[in-house]
Amino acid sequence: MRKLGAKLGVLLQVYYAYMLEYRAELILWVLSGLLPLLLLGVWMQAAATGKFPLTPVSFARYFLAAFLVRQLTVVWVAWEFEKEVVEGRLSPRLLQPLDPVWHHVTSHLAERLARAPFIAAVAGVCLLLYPQAAWLPTWSGALLGLVAVAWGFGLRFLIQHTFALVAFWTERASALEQFWFLIYLFFSGVSAPLEVFPDLVRAVVLWTPFPYLVYFPVALLLGLPVDLLQGFAVMGGWTGLFWLANRWVWRQGLKRYSGMGA
Amino acid sequence: MALIEVESLGKVYPVALKEPGWQGTLQHFFRRTYRSIPAVQGVSFQIGAGEVVGFLGANGAGKTTTLKMLTGLIRPSEGLVRVAGFDPFERQTKFLEQITLVMGQKQQLIWDLPALDSLRINAAVYSLSPGIFQERLEVLSTMLGVKGQLRQPVRKLSLGERMKVELLAALLHQPRVLFLDEPTLGLDINAQAAVRQFLQAYNQRYQATILLTSHYMADITALCQRVLLIHQGSLIYDGQLESLRAKFAPYREVKLELARPYPRDKLQVYGELESLEGQSARFLLGRQGLTNAIAQMLAELEVVDLSVTDPPIEQIIGRVFQSGSAR
Repeated sequence: MRKLGAKLGVLLQVYYAYMLEYRAELILWVLSGLLPLLLLGVWMQAAATGKFPLTPVSFARYFLAAFLVRQLTVVWVAWEFEKEVVEGRLSPRLLQPLDPVWHHVTSHLAERLARAPFIAAVAGVCLLLYPQAAWLPTWSGALLGLVAVAWGFGLRFLIQHTFALVAFWTERASALEQFWFLIYLFFSGVSAPLEVFPDLVRAVVLWTPFPYLVYFPVALLLGLPVDLLQGFAVMGGWTGLFWLANRWVWRQGLKRYSGMGA
Repeated sequence: MALIEVESLGKVYPVALKEPGWQGTLQHFFRRTYRSIPAVQGVSFQIGAGEVVGFLGANGAGKTTTLKMLTGLIRPSEGLVRVAGFDPFERQTKFLEQITLVMGQKQQLIWDLPALDSLRINAAVYSLSPGIFQERLEVLSTMLGVKGQLRQPVRKLSLGERMKVELLAALLHQPRVLFLDEPTLGLDINAQAAVRQFLQAYNQRYQATILLTSHYMADITALCQRVLLIHQGSLIYDGQLESLRAKFAPYREVKLELARPYPRDKLQVYGELESLEGQSARFLLGRQGLTNAIAQMLAELEVVDLSVTDPPIEQIIGRVFQSGSAR
């Protein structure tokens, strides 16, 4: 385990340097995730004039937190892995004594570190425009929220990596992720908090993995009422399920990859 | 003791077939048909520790497929492979630490960072201590003559420099078995020679076993005493390069510079006239009767210069591949 830690430490350092080479692109990537902040204004206006379960201030805080959570949980492994398989760049990595997935995990984490100052800058501008969006989470809320953010990132990575492994069979595995993203957009809480959904829809969606990728961590950070036990239990269930699927697809995929000429 | 053992190795690929036109497209979509293409069949050989062996064959002959089976990237359809005592396809850590595969057309260095960063990753992946990493880096970068290039972004390196650093990255963990697939592809003559010299020195210094494919015969003649010839997936020759020359070139090349032009039919009486350009003639003459033929030429023709050489190895191997058999 210590050996793996040392390997990942070096990977993290090198990929951080690599991400800094793309600092200009990083700004664009941060800006491409502005959807929650754009919706912030819309929902605040709607809440001020209509009947909604959240106040305009609550909406402002919700979407600022959703922006931060989404920035910290963004994953693109489907496109990277697909490219590796199609271009044959996976082969040299398979000949090294380290699971190739660690390259992706550490490059995502390194990107997060490199992205942090830009996220802070955008959040700062948002707070200048909407000072009422500022909030101070409780200690327990912050702690649980951060755990949920880290777990949410892990779950999203695991799900997308599992989709990415389909690249062993089809050259366009990212199409699966794009379809998934459409549902994610509705039910993760990026477009609207789950409170605005009908009760039945909300009850069903809470058993899917989607709300645990954005809504759940946001709710914990803001102190919105959530079923903590059910939340973490559902996250654990989906993590376990996708973990098993991931390892099975990986083994089958490797057989297929080697069968087709690697 | 053999470090690489291959017995009756075979690999069959399923290839989808499609007819042109609408009907073919729809048929291909709804009811796809496949044909099994044998890429490698019945290949057997053994390579001892420290040997440098050339692996030759035309494009699509099965060289890369065989190399990929030896490294564990491809599972064989049939047969047995053992490399350094391991079944490659199990990809055990102990096995992976002892081998390397360099593919001339693929790179593992990170394009936008200095090569040193990629090398640090490799050192970490193979769990090299900082001391050992520095020591090997010093030795290998000196041998390759790339010490000054390691801090430059990879994209700024010339093709030759990049290939040398690729080799450095692939050898940092000091593998016992090197599989090299076209390591000099696209390099200029100087860079090719430098890579060749390095591989020779590396082999002598570390007693590494090398299996090398290359389309440049200079690589093979400089590095390998033994060659394997593969043709349409089957091994057609396994032996010394020199024996190949003796077996497939029972003739010698005789070049004449004549004092004046002679008609073709007048020259053809001395043997197989390969080419005639102005006053330069090139013959292929059997080893038996060579002396008599030369004596006759000197007596009957006005010869300014005469040379007798073995035909180039490329030509010999080309003839073997054309005939499809070395038996």
